[in-house]
Amino acid sequence: MSKIKGAIVVNTDRCKGCQLCIVACPQDVIALAQKKVNVHGYPYVEPANADKCVGCASCAIVCPDGCITVYRKKVEE
Amino acid sequence: MANDIISPENLVYKKPTLMNDTPMHYCPGCSHGVVHKLVAEIIEEMGMSDKAVGVCPVGCAVFAYRYLDIDWQEAAHGRAPAVATAIKRLWPDRLVFTYQGDGDLACIGACETIHALNRGENLPIIFINNAIYGMTGGQMAPTTLIGQKTSTCPYGRDPKIHGYPLNITELASHLDGTCYVTRQSVDTVASIRKAKKAIRKAFEASMNGLGSSLVEIVSTCNSGWKLSPVKANEWMRENMFKKYVKGDLKDTTGLK
Repeated sequence: MSKIKGAIVVNTDRCKGCQLCIVACPQDVIALAQKKVNVHGYPYVEPANADKCVGCASCAIVCPDGCITVYRKKVEE
Repeated sequence: MANDIISPENLVYKKPTLMNDTPMHYCPGCSHGVVHKLVAEIIEEMGMSDKAVGVCPVGCAVFAYRYLDIDWQEAAHGRAPAVATAIKRLWPDRLVFTYQGDGDLACIGACETIHALNRGENLPIIFINNAIYGMTGGQMAPTTLIGQKTSTCPYGRDPKIHGYPLNITELASHLDGTCYVTRQSVDTVASIRKAKKAIRKAFEASMNGLGSSLVEIVSTCNSGWKLSPVKANEWMRENMFKKYVKGDLKDTTGLK
């Protein structure tokens, strides 16, 4: 059976930690990085549960700063 | 595992190429970023990146020219439709659009906006309505809701003192020069897709010479409203959508 697997890459220097992607994600993949800030002093998000990602791109579409790049692949099991 | 998914052939979504890498000055969670992305994507899809001319407002989006790699012209406060009229009349083959906030379009530029729309200038106007003056520190705007607290009406907007909210999109839908008047939002994935279609239709109507169009995007100003970005979206859905009802108010374009 084939399964859709996704992956996201967050441009952490551009991220401002607004958390809109966390709300938009249907799979609870994204979380705020704990006690870390980027070069601009903003907290940022990271794919905490990366295995659950299905590559639906909801996070990237709602991201106001265009920080998220989404990849999707069919994986045979 | 993730490493073999992350490769160019599996790419689903990335930042539009017309949007450059300059970090945006907008507050975290600001709707402006999403609309900038939509404008960049649409211009790219239409293949108009060399022929697009945007007219910036005065307001938070005053620095839009820093973020999108197309031609931009800065206009005086509220005068973007007048400047865009001149550009479009001299260069009818260019995709000329204005990008304005509610303080710029509905207050100081109300005259220019209404007359440009009424003349049917083949201009698409993107109107970001967040019911507040965002850049100058959250003062009351003409579109501020009744009872909404801002820094210049700290006890809430009272119609007896401050008058009623101005619904400029409703007004524009009654003008003969407009061909497409719509109100959208960019808070969820579905609404962002709808907003993208609306902006695209307005751009195409302009290039087909069908008349002027107004796309209002009901937006958030989480800094001005003193809410978190997520809470601001919820507040907008609860309060803003009652006064500013989403949907097409006028569509005589015949475009899909």
